[in-house]
Amino acid sequence: MAERVGIYVCHCGSNIAGIVDVEAVAKWAGAHLRDVVVAKDYKFMCSSLGQAMVEEDIKNENLTRVVVAACSPHLHEKTFRRACQNAGLNPYLFQMVNLREHCSWVHTDRAAATEKAKGLVSAATERVKLQKPLEPMFVDVTPATLVVGGGIAGLQAAIELADAGYPVYLVEREPSIGGHMAQFDKTFPTLDCSACILTPKMSDAGQHENITLLTYSELEEVSGSVGNFTVKIRKKARYVDYDKCTGCGICQEKCPRKVVDHDFEAGLGYRKAIYTPFPQAVPRIPVIDTANCTYFTRGKCQVCSKVCPTEAIDYEQQDEVIEVNVGNIVIATGWKLFNCESIPQYGYKRLANVFTNMEFERLCNAAGPTNGKIVMRDGKTEPESVAIIHCVGSRDAKFNPYCSGVCCMAALKFGHLVLEKTKAKVYSFYIDMRTPMKDYEEFYQRLLEEGMTFVRGKVAEVTDAARLPSEQGKLILQYEDTLLGKQKRLPVDMVVLMGAIEPQVDAKELGLRCGISCSMAGWYTERHPKLDPVATMTDGVFVAGACQGPKDIPASVAQGAAAAARIQAMITKGKVMIEPIVASIDEEVCSGCRICNNLCPYNAIEYDEEKGVSRIITALCKGCGTCVAACPANAITGAHFSNDQVFAEIEGALWDAMYGGNGQDQGEPAPEPEAAPA
Amino acid sequence: MKYAYYPGCSLECNAAAYDHSVRAVAEMLHIELVEIDDWNCCGATEYFSQDELTACAVVARNLALVDDKTDQLVAPCAACYLNLKKTDQLMTDHPGMGAKVNEALAAGGLHYNAGRVQVRHMLDVICDDIGEEAVRDKVVQPLAGLRVAPYYGCQVVRPISNDDSPEYPMKMDRLFQWLGAEVVDYPVKAHCCGGHMTQISEPQAFELIRRLLQSAEDYDADLILCMCPMCQLNLDGFQSRVNGFFGTSFSIPIVYFTQMLGVAFGIDGKKLGIGKELVAVKPVLDAKLQAVASA
Amino acid sequence: MATGIAQENGTFLKEVIDNTPDGERIVHCLQCGSCGGSCPSGADMEYTPRTLIAMINAGDRDAVLAANTMWACVSCYFCTTRCPQKIPITDLMYTLKRMSIAEHKYHGTDAPALAKTFTDFVDKYGRSFEFGLATGYVLLNRPLSAMKMGPMGLAMFTRGRMSLRPSKIRQLDQLRAIITKARELGGQK
Repeated sequence: MAERVGIYVCHCGSNIAGIVDVEAVAKWAGAHLRDVVVAKDYKFMCSSLGQAMVEEDIKNENLTRVVVAACSPHLHEKTFRRACQNAGLNPYLFQMVNLREHCSWVHTDRAAATEKAKGLVSAATERVKLQKPLEPMFVDVTPATLVVGGGIAGLQAAIELADAGYPVYLVEREPSIGGHMAQFDKTFPTLDCSACILTPKMSDAGQHENITLLTYSELEEVSGSVGNFTVKIRKKARYVDYDKCTGCGICQEKCPRKVVDHDFEAGLGYRKAIYTPFPQAVPRIPVIDTANCTYFTRGKCQVCSKVCPTEAIDYEQQDEVIEVNVGNIVIATGWKLFNCESIPQYGYKRLANVFTNMEFERLCNAAGPTNGKIVMRDGKTEPESVAIIHCVGSRDAKFNPYCSGVCCMAALKFGHLVLEKTKAKVYSFYIDMRTPMKDYEEFYQRLLEEGMTFVRGKVAEVTDAARLPSEQGKLILQYEDTLLGKQKRLPVDMVVLMGAIEPQVDAKELGLRCGISCSMAGWYTERHPKLDPVATMTDGVFVAGACQGPKDIPASVAQGAAAAARIQAMITKGKVMIEPIVASIDEEVCSGCRICNNLCPYNAIEYDEEKGVSRIITALCKGCGTCVAACPANAITGAHFSNDQVFAEIEGALWDAMYGGNGQDQGEPAPEPEAAPA
Repeated sequence: MKYAYYPGCSLECNAAAYDHSVRAVAEMLHIELVEIDDWNCCGATEYFSQDELTACAVVARNLALVDDKTDQLVAPCAACYLNLKKTDQLMTDHPGMGAKVNEALAAGGLHYNAGRVQVRHMLDVICDDIGEEAVRDKVVQPLAGLRVAPYYGCQVVRPISNDDSPEYPMKMDRLFQWLGAEVVDYPVKAHCCGGHMTQISEPQAFELIRRLLQSAEDYDADLILCMCPMCQLNLDGFQSRVNGFFGTSFSIPIVYFTQMLGVAFGIDGKKLGIGKELVAVKPVLDAKLQAVASA
Repeated sequence: MATGIAQENGTFLKEVIDNTPDGERIVHCLQCGSCGGSCPSGADMEYTPRTLIAMINAGDRDAVLAANTMWACVSCYFCTTRCPQKIPITDLMYTLKRMSIAEHKYHGTDAPALAKTFTDFVDKYGRSFEFGLATGYVLLNRPLSAMKMGPMGLAMFTRGRMSLRPSKIRQLDQLRAIITKARELGGQK
């Protein structure tokens, strides 16, 4: 019996209809495609009226298959599957065509785009007729969650989940949780002390009965899928016994080896070869920096071991890999600072008194290397003038085209601190002052009143080549005051570069491990930039904080909390639906060659020794199709992607060449498609 | 190694010292330079100010004349170097322009396949192709005790990268460290000498020249090394005029880097064109190098 | 493809873009002033390159082509390498020089005359001619400075650094045919 297909072509306002003649496509499909009984176009198919139209037609016209040609399936496949289900049609007898991203948004020639749309609709129509009803599968959700990254975003997510009563594994690569926020002195726009608001959260996480803290550890491997991930974590050797150490700190005090601290102190201060990054570190268990430890490099010393009252030092300790099961994962791996040496004309590392923003944070910090005194590189002289340069590595097509978002506010904060702590004049060199969030513009106004000087112009160079006596011994900024249209020079004592916020160097690698992708810049891609900002395209993997894009503290906290809320909802529900789009092996045909066993990226194929055949573990299968293509005996079928379905789709796409409109009215041949604009 | 050689107009006369020293040093380092037969002027900045397509066609004639035995072309003058390189790049990146240039070349019976010739500067050939070991091998008169200020100027390091920083280049610094010289690390080594501005607006040009001489003097340089005839002319030829204009008393010899390379290799000063500079370098060399030799 | 910026007077912008290799970048200008700050001649310019781009955007054709900005440019390319938007600013200056010469909009500068004298020598001999430049252009345009140049010229001459006769290439006909054809083809890019 012939299927009865309903086709619905969406205008999406003018998103699709602006380029594709949707009425013509619908009319053509109704007239030319076989087995089509309903073909309509509609302004917004995703509206409740559009959905109701589909439901009505299924009932009244006895539709057995439905095609909706609209936007991306990522957005509305679920919507229309539900509509089909409501009308009693199995949701897998529905097929969606992406006329927006795949057609109207990427073409400029209306006629060619319309012809392409016909091909896409034809392809879906031929395929949908061969689709089979499938029943969704449900799996249990493991209540534990993995949070990767112990900065403020990860802390927030971990604490909220733990407070709700669910177990959390919090993995942090550094020896302590706290992230960048632990390095800051004050926070804008309220100027409350960063440590004062952060450390309670750190100790909360450290002591929480539901949080397993895994510091100095890295995520190594992720397998499984939503509800049931298996995760391998490498606990790097600290050379200090976690259980014996009381955190008394004697080892750090007595360690004779002083090392410049390029991490926490941004190169401005020192730490010992056995250290915790800062006094409020959580946990307070130190680690040995083997690259600098005298015992590890020269085989002698062992002072830490001798002074330790609990015999916690263990030079023989090895890395340990542990395995845990979790239902969901939150990636909150944060950001790194732009390398300011990449812009040589600003003189960083060449001119002593040019500082980065992170160095300046430490300089201002009461617990920092100068006890919060703003002084020059000599460690004692207070500057009489400080220039802050915005957009160093941001808004720059040679480095990062994006705006880092937080630097304008951080520069204002620095300005305030300079004015509060010194008698120096302070200048901000900005391109555009960006202060869009709550109370931010007010903070800018405050700095205007406090006497910070603002110059609109990106500094061209910082030099020590004096031209005038007044410039001798100073750092001279050369720039155009763009509000005056004049080239100027300004001698100052100190320069602060507001380096860009960049993705972590290994962001792509970690993303691959967790099955999520990055933007060109290296930020993790959220499921929807506006409506689903913390979920990703991989179910059960969420992102929070600056790893998804430059963010300040309030936004990072909000995302951490949002991710936690999403996960709580899943845990509370207890079960999660997974797509029944999986592979199956015909045991009659399988020769037991086992080629598929090792190819499966999800370890979802097991071998039945007794019967001598391979078998799919349905709960683990992601329906990727690798085994289907690899099987030499054609014994494996991918549900929803069977060979006949795929071939029918290809033939449908080539309707004009294959059968000139299904052997019916051939119509005009399709014009040469126009190349997509670059 | 064989290279096509494009001396450029300045090296025929005004900068003959550069030409002589380039050839002498090349011979010493077994760099075979084959002068392009019947080359023409690169048009400097002036031709591009008038007519871009014609300027490119004039430059491209030289590229077309590079025989097919080599795809490497050496141009010691910064302006020639950039024009040759820029024209090749324009023809490569903008095929429409490339086609027009070839249409013009065809009127003279010539053709140039964009991208065929790699345009090189002599400094890059010496540092990258020949390298430290071979250069050190040839040194018979180390430049120890001599404070040299490498001056890169603009058009070799900008806008097209030659694998060195456009802001703070280091290649010549390294080369002269190989020769044993004390290399002065001064902040204006890639700033502008004023270019053709000496012909148009002397106050403007003299100020730029003054800044360079001042910085070199502030850093106690015995001499400035340059790699472009225009830079040499402005800093050397106009030095006394600059002194007159500002009431300064600069007396800093300006020599081509190849001349000092030749000195280190023990090549006779006459062969290197030493003495052609207006601010004489010989007294400095005699004083500094002999002082070291006798010490 | 359209440049994507709607301007009341977009034709001048388009003309400038069309005549500049990679000129499409001009629409990305952030008005940050890196160019104006970097320029060794910046202090001598009526309008900084940044201002000039704003004026081009505004369609201020006459003022742009009469500006001294491009004539003060020494082709040091600092603006180009530092521009955060990869705008080929030095090349833009060349475009404006050509347009200014073509429409005789320049004033108060001898740079076009120098360029003309220089290219005439190239067309005539195939090589530039420094003595000819010094005597022809300088005597005509800067007689006072020519007198001051006297001692320097003499010093150059005695050191064999100045030739009284131009050097010529052999195949002048070939070069001229190429130049004639290129002029005939005209246009840019």
